[in-house]
Amino acid sequence: MADFLINSVGLPPWLAWTVVAGVAAFLILNVIAGGALVFIWAERKIAARIQDRLGPTRTGGRFGWLQSLADGIKLLAKEDLMPEGADGLLFRIAPYVSFCASFCAFIALPFAFDFVGQRLNVGVFFVVAVLGLEVFGVILAGYASASKWSLFGAMREAAQVVSYEVPLGMCVVVPVMLAGTMDLVTIAEKQAGWFTNWYLFHDPFTFVVFWVYVTCAVASVNRAPFDLAEAESELVAGFHTEYSGLRWSFFFMAEYGSMFLVSALAAVLFLGGWNGPIPVAKLLGLSAGTGDTAHYFVRLIGCGNLLLKATLGVLVMMWIRWTLPRLRIDQVMTTCLKYCTPIAAAMFAGAMLWQLCLPGGILPGLSRPAGEIREGWIEGPGGAASRPTPAAARAVAEVRP
Amino acid sequence: MTGSLLVAAMNFHTLLFYLFASLACGFAVGVVVADNVVRMALYLVLSLGATAGLFFLAGAEFIGAMQLMIYVGGTLVLLVFGVMLTAQAPFVSIKTSASDRVLAGVVAASLLALLLQAAFSVEAWRRPGLGEVAPPAATPIGTALVGVRVDDPPPGTPPGVRSGYLLPFEIVSVHLLVVLVGAAYLARAKRRRTPRAIEVAASVAPPVDERRRAGGSASALTAGGVR
Amino acid sequence: MNPVALGTIVPLMAVADGVSVSHYLVVGAILFTAGIVCMAVKRNALGVLMGIELVLNGANVNFVAFASPYLRGQGATSLGIDGQVIALFVILLAAAEAAVALAITLAFYNNHATVDVDRADDLKG
Repeated sequence: MADFLINSVGLPPWLAWTVVAGVAAFLILNVIAGGALVFIWAERKIAARIQDRLGPTRTGGRFGWLQSLADGIKLLAKEDLMPEGADGLLFRIAPYVSFCASFCAFIALPFAFDFVGQRLNVGVFFVVAVLGLEVFGVILAGYASASKWSLFGAMREAAQVVSYEVPLGMCVVVPVMLAGTMDLVTIAEKQAGWFTNWYLFHDPFTFVVFWVYVTCAVASVNRAPFDLAEAESELVAGFHTEYSGLRWSFFFMAEYGSMFLVSALAAVLFLGGWNGPIPVAKLLGLSAGTGDTAHYFVRLIGCGNLLLKATLGVLVMMWIRWTLPRLRIDQVMTTCLKYCTPIAAAMFAGAMLWQLCLPGGILPGLSRPAGEIREGWIEGPGGAASRPTPAAARAVAEVRP
Repeated sequence: MTGSLLVAAMNFHTLLFYLFASLACGFAVGVVVADNVVRMALYLVLSLGATAGLFFLAGAEFIGAMQLMIYVGGTLVLLVFGVMLTAQAPFVSIKTSASDRVLAGVVAASLLALLLQAAFSVEAWRRPGLGEVAPPAATPIGTALVGVRVDDPPPGTPPGVRSGYLLPFEIVSVHLLVVLVGAAYLARAKRRRTPRAIEVAASVAPPVDERRRAGGSASALTAGGVR
Repeated sequence: MNPVALGTIVPLMAVADGVSVSHYLVVGAILFTAGIVCMAVKRNALGVLMGIELVLNGANVNFVAFASPYLRGQGATSLGIDGQVIALFVILLAAAEAAVALAITLAFYNNHATVDVDRADDLKG
């Protein structure tokens, strides 16, 4: 888009880059905020239906479409309280730290072939790293509230998030190993084609790893059944007990943003990203390759695909929340250390062996081998002769359509 | 990249560099100046986060992500846990005497002057960066850690066989295991020789009927089950 | 600050067309000095630990600056991947050392009910 702005519209380069950055940030912020609005309404409706009642039915029509808006207005109009013994700076800054961590991870998340804030070579690593930074907002909120419920809730939540980062990292490494790169755009591109190309169906180990990833992701964002830290019946409201109004809504935008993020990450890593189950664009002869109107349209459809899959993931998380009972903190830790981590490690070893022994997959007609060894990166016994030139190295690292 | 884009990128690069550098240095000075240990921890987190931004700007994406994950997301969480565990009221702000601070300030100023002079002493370091796009570093670092070097030697390095980093990698892995075991042992909850005040108060037996009543209500609470 | 330092900072700010290795070295120097002061001045053991982290980060900034192909000036050499691997090992070892130092601090706190390093004088003659 920057090239278009510079060449066609004639803006000076610095202004063009500023506009591009502003547009990207605006779009991502809308995804988070708009998504939060939709998810709050969806959560109330889903909770209601699972509990055999109707949910919001008055505000804005028969289905309560405007309930989220009413909630937002209520939150904005609330009094801005701060407990007396609270540390002012830390109390105020905590929601923003949490929200920034959640928002920053969207920088590296691709929504379609070229719809990515910044295409990082270490995209997966960056997203998982930044997800773990949300815990600082939680700890600060818990400490700065000067209330023991907040502090207990914050410590438990921090311990939970930090513990579940270990199996989460191991689960995330399996698709990275299959694709041979940490670049999220490349990982999704390699799953193009029919839905059997998706890494979910690549081998049974990856299938199990997907479900372990779902468990770890739900624990990572502190959703039920792992939401001991913010349970009403346990700790009043955990770390956000003393927060009201707009500050509280920042915490919840961060939570829904993180839920959407881990669902979108699961979609990119395991469910083919923006590729649909049937390669309609390829059958029609279009491709997402270069910048052209038809390709832009293909990319938009891909973006819609990814949003659909991520929303589905969030709805499944809500379904789980209102169905399963809550785990105690020792059960949460047991699940992490005694079940998730060994299973993830074993499946990682299994997927590695599968790659070594059956690189072509078990259905050669429908799937294609993932993560084939790239020529030129391995230094053979010839030494300098097999060393790639910088240009060749960069070309190898690019996406192969 | 066309030349104009390069210039635009360079200008933004400079702007972002100054932004991240001022954040990193400012918050580092904040760590020194702050009295409240929790605020010191927050400033340290922000300073190291800005340093990760500096790493990304220098083209070391892998190291930047490593900094965020291991340093900020691991080491600093550990530090903040430690701060929370020991942040009882008397220890949250411990002040140093003024004479110590003045002496430290003088030593720091002279050290800073020495380092700044060293930073500008080599002429090759003062030339502005050419802006070469860095090749993605994840694969070369990964294979170097396994012992195989696949990166091109940067221009100007003397020729010769370059070694991999397999031995340091293995040593660091064992080192981390040793540290894990050692730290868990060192920080274990020990049986106290002299009990704390709250334990002394609890050991004084309450009257018998109160104990029975307390026991009854406690069992009534737990009979509801864990929700 | 002595005039030598001032004389070097002023031309630094005048460079507007590109960031050089020296800019990063200045940032590294400031982080390092802040860490040294923190280690020297703070009475809270965790404050001393934060100083150690700042010192290691200053060193890391230096390593990454030397290793960066983006910052390499005309005709200069850079460390390449070696610098990034060194920075990686520094991060790993800093994490390990912070864990042990924190364990020692917690053991000290459990035994003495204080984290004030000035009170750690049991062996004082």
